[in-house]
Amino acid sequence: MTDLTKLSLTATRDGLKAKDFTSVEVTDAYLGAIEAANPKLNAYITIETNQARDMAKASDAKLIAGNGGMLEGAPLGIKDLFATIGTHTQAGSHILDGFLPEYESTITTNLWGDGAVMLGKLNMDEFAMGSSNESSYYGPVINPWKGEGSGTALVPGGSSGGSASAVSAWLCAGATATDTGGSIRQPAAFTGTVGIKPTYGRCSRWGVVAFASSLDQAGPITRTVEDSALMLTSMAGYDKMDSTSVDMAVPDFAAAVERGVKGLTIGIPKEYHMDGMPDEIDVLWKQGIEWLRAEGAIIKDISLPHTKYALPAYYIVAPAECSSNLARYDGVKYGLRVAGDSIDDMYELTRAAGFGREVQRRGMIGTYVLSAGYYDAYYVRAQKVRTLIKQDFEKVFADGVDAILTPATPSAAFAIGDKEMAADPIKMYLNDIFTVTVNMAGLPGIAVPAGKDAAGLPLGLQLIGKPFDEETLFAAGRVLERSAAIDFSPKQWW
Amino acid sequence: MTLVDTRTPNPDYFIAGATGDWEMVVGLEIHAQVTSESKLFSASSTQFGEPPNANVSFVDAAMPGMLPVINEECVRQAIRTGLGLKAKINNRSLFDRKNYFYPDLPQGYQISQFKDPIVGEGEVHLDMGDKIGDVTIGIERLHLEQDAGKSIHDQHPSMSFVDLNRSGVALMEIVSKPDIRSSAEARAYITKIRTILRYLGTCDGNMEQGSLRADLNISVRKPGGEFGTRCEIKNVNSVRFAGQAIEYEARRQIDLLEDGGKVEQQTRLFDPKTGETRSMRSKEEAHDYRYFPDPDLLPLVFEQSLVDELAADLPELPDEKQARLVSAYGVSSYNAKVLTADPANSDYFESVIKEIKQMGFDGKEMQSMGHTVAHGISNMIINELFGKLKDSDLPIEESRISAAQLASIAALMRKGDISSKIAKDLFEIVWSEGGDPAEIVENRGMKQVSDTGAIEKIVDEIIAANPDQVAKVKDKPSLVGWFVGQVMKASHGKANPQAVNEILRSKLGL
Repeated sequence: MTDLTKLSLTATRDGLKAKDFTSVEVTDAYLGAIEAANPKLNAYITIETNQARDMAKASDAKLIAGNGGMLEGAPLGIKDLFATIGTHTQAGSHILDGFLPEYESTITTNLWGDGAVMLGKLNMDEFAMGSSNESSYYGPVINPWKGEGSGTALVPGGSSGGSASAVSAWLCAGATATDTGGSIRQPAAFTGTVGIKPTYGRCSRWGVVAFASSLDQAGPITRTVEDSALMLTSMAGYDKMDSTSVDMAVPDFAAAVERGVKGLTIGIPKEYHMDGMPDEIDVLWKQGIEWLRAEGAIIKDISLPHTKYALPAYYIVAPAECSSNLARYDGVKYGLRVAGDSIDDMYELTRAAGFGREVQRRGMIGTYVLSAGYYDAYYVRAQKVRTLIKQDFEKVFADGVDAILTPATPSAAFAIGDKEMAADPIKMYLNDIFTVTVNMAGLPGIAVPAGKDAAGLPLGLQLIGKPFDEETLFAAGRVLERSAAIDFSPKQWW
Repeated sequence: MTLVDTRTPNPDYFIAGATGDWEMVVGLEIHAQVTSESKLFSASSTQFGEPPNANVSFVDAAMPGMLPVINEECVRQAIRTGLGLKAKINNRSLFDRKNYFYPDLPQGYQISQFKDPIVGEGEVHLDMGDKIGDVTIGIERLHLEQDAGKSIHDQHPSMSFVDLNRSGVALMEIVSKPDIRSSAEARAYITKIRTILRYLGTCDGNMEQGSLRADLNISVRKPGGEFGTRCEIKNVNSVRFAGQAIEYEARRQIDLLEDGGKVEQQTRLFDPKTGETRSMRSKEEAHDYRYFPDPDLLPLVFEQSLVDELAADLPELPDEKQARLVSAYGVSSYNAKVLTADPANSDYFESVIKEIKQMGFDGKEMQSMGHTVAHGISNMIINELFGKLKDSDLPIEESRISAAQLASIAALMRKGDISSKIAKDLFEIVWSEGGDPAEIVENRGMKQVSDTGAIEKIVDEIIAANPDQVAKVKDKPSLVGWFVGQVMKASHGKANPQAVNEILRSKLGL
């Protein structure tokens, strides 16, 4: 029998439907793989063995009855940021110690409604703040990829590092993830997986622990573009419980995957050529352009002049919102409480013990930029920059561009405990240089693995689309995937 | 907000100090709980008096990942209120977060409206009596915001308890311009706002239950001079306390300034036990609320058609109703004001009018002393009924005299079946025993005597028995009232006073 964990999500779903195997079999295969791998990769925070088997049994009954949903029986991993009833939901943080929600996020509700099985909760940077998954209270996640001939443990990227690592290492058929500044796309690029951040408002944020509300958006990390389209179709949808969710019909994204790029205009923004960017990235980008051109796309040089202000503006807007969103973690109602002599004392002790360094840093930055006397200089200006960035994109789309091709990250995965990044948070923040603009503008963006660096580590390309035009991203992403024709399977060492 | 002085200094309001006269400048922020089934951003009930934490949803408790969704009824209520305050309705407004830490504020921020409120400038008219006249108080704005929960400190020796039932309940903050110049005006303003809210049905105005609270901003100055530094007195929950707090605070500031001191911008609390205000925190200790637009909510945008629809359905407001009672029924302006202060009272009055119309009157008929029947009814409500209701602690809705019974008494009076004195007796009987007033009059022989023969007989007897008074009345015609009194007494109040008057005048040759 084939290794069921090596199948794509789509193939798993199809095999289940064809009764080639059962959901219990595929679920057990994944549970076995997790048991073996997790001590080395640390991708899962909790493994819900019993619940997974119960869900799988229920799915098998539906499959036998012939009334399974679009993901019936397929085992998924869920980022710890999504509220799941009665199971670990702590956003990778100490401050939510012991918190078990009595509610289920809209997105996971959608997935379970379509028949998916939950294997467990995935590790992540604390409150989704980080680009290396080293800020988790549950310890760093390890990238299943290693440089050729190197034993160095690498980061899987962040904040959805657990999701990316688990998908890449065959520990789930697909995973939910979230992206506030690149947290789906950067880890996908670091692990040779596909990650899409849909248009802001496409997926409900209800029941997803908030980091920066105006930027947060959930999406899937999967092993193929087709899987990405399938899983997003299930996750997406209007939710009246999320006022920022958009009331638009969800297309069958999978139907768009093989549409091709013939006649599409692909914009190449000159501002995404960064000084000091490794040649490999530039070479890959050029390669991507050629692949799209070869399939009939029209390539157009474009300018997004406010790109360079995106990262600094992002690091004002996101911390500002986070400082307010995380105020509720005060030790009063749930989670960690460190007793103090007064209420203020309790707040200080609880938050000092409960939040890690990166969360504290962003909380302080956010509090500072919203303070009287600084608000106009920082927050208001950053919002103006945000508008300008949005207008940059609107302009090129109005000029006939259908999608934009850029690198996904400025480098391949780096080592755990990288001293330069640990010493200078701005170096860490630069990981998101190509991805934050997309969140600032609320656009959809997909990272597709397209090449490898000299050490054999995966590199990704990013496609940016028009609002609610994820279909074009899947179509163009599929062209990149097919043209690259590389097997993005890490060499199993765990 | 730019401060504009809209008032001409009025010496009647001046406060004497050692260095001359002073004038107070007052602006009010009224927090009115919106009448709605559920909270501003969650589906929890707003029912008052439930056990602690009975009305708490995941949103109200600020559970991770929970999101606010605007309750459209609260928006409609705010628009209605804005229309009632003759204010500008902003078809686009924003919700902001006001950030601070407190155990009864689960989110760590209050969702409020800071820069762009739902309602802009409006105005409220106060009738300050004959001497001062009508006063217009400007409304700066009205915005929607969440209420906080309640911290309870007396249930445990070292811990505080938190009740989140109120957490997230919708409040309207109605901010006046600094147009108020006396504690009497402040009291009249709060009362008037409460009346308007009750008419609109947008807030029950119940100050004891905390549905209506006021923050008072007070400063003093030399009459007509520059605005002084203000102090804010937080959370005053009665009209009387508001008056006391303002009086105390103005005097405190005047004394401070006259002693060569300076008023410091402060937040203060009023202690009803001592009648004094005391400092809560200074400007330096003031919170930095770090307001910013709530990213969980889109701008609040609605079509003008919604505003027009709500405007068309707006009930008659106290000012208009007061004017109508005067013009349509000849009720005195004073009585009309008293009746319209509470919609329940004017509703009762209008029910009586409706009933008496069915008895063949229209209320506008003239009664004695140049007053209309309707005015007579208003007198009966204000002078008789209000007293009875107060004595038995009943709201007018539970009056033991129905509108129909009161109308019947008024009709009997108008028909000349009973005198006003008998009417009072009849009122007492109906109040305590119930029954049909007409039957009571009939069965108990209370009907007044309009038979001229019978009256003439009594008149003749009184004239014969009082020759001295008869002699005097020629020079002093007003003495006729004494004769009327004697005749009425002799008839046990049953003689028709009008008939008595006419017969007396003719017999006395007046």
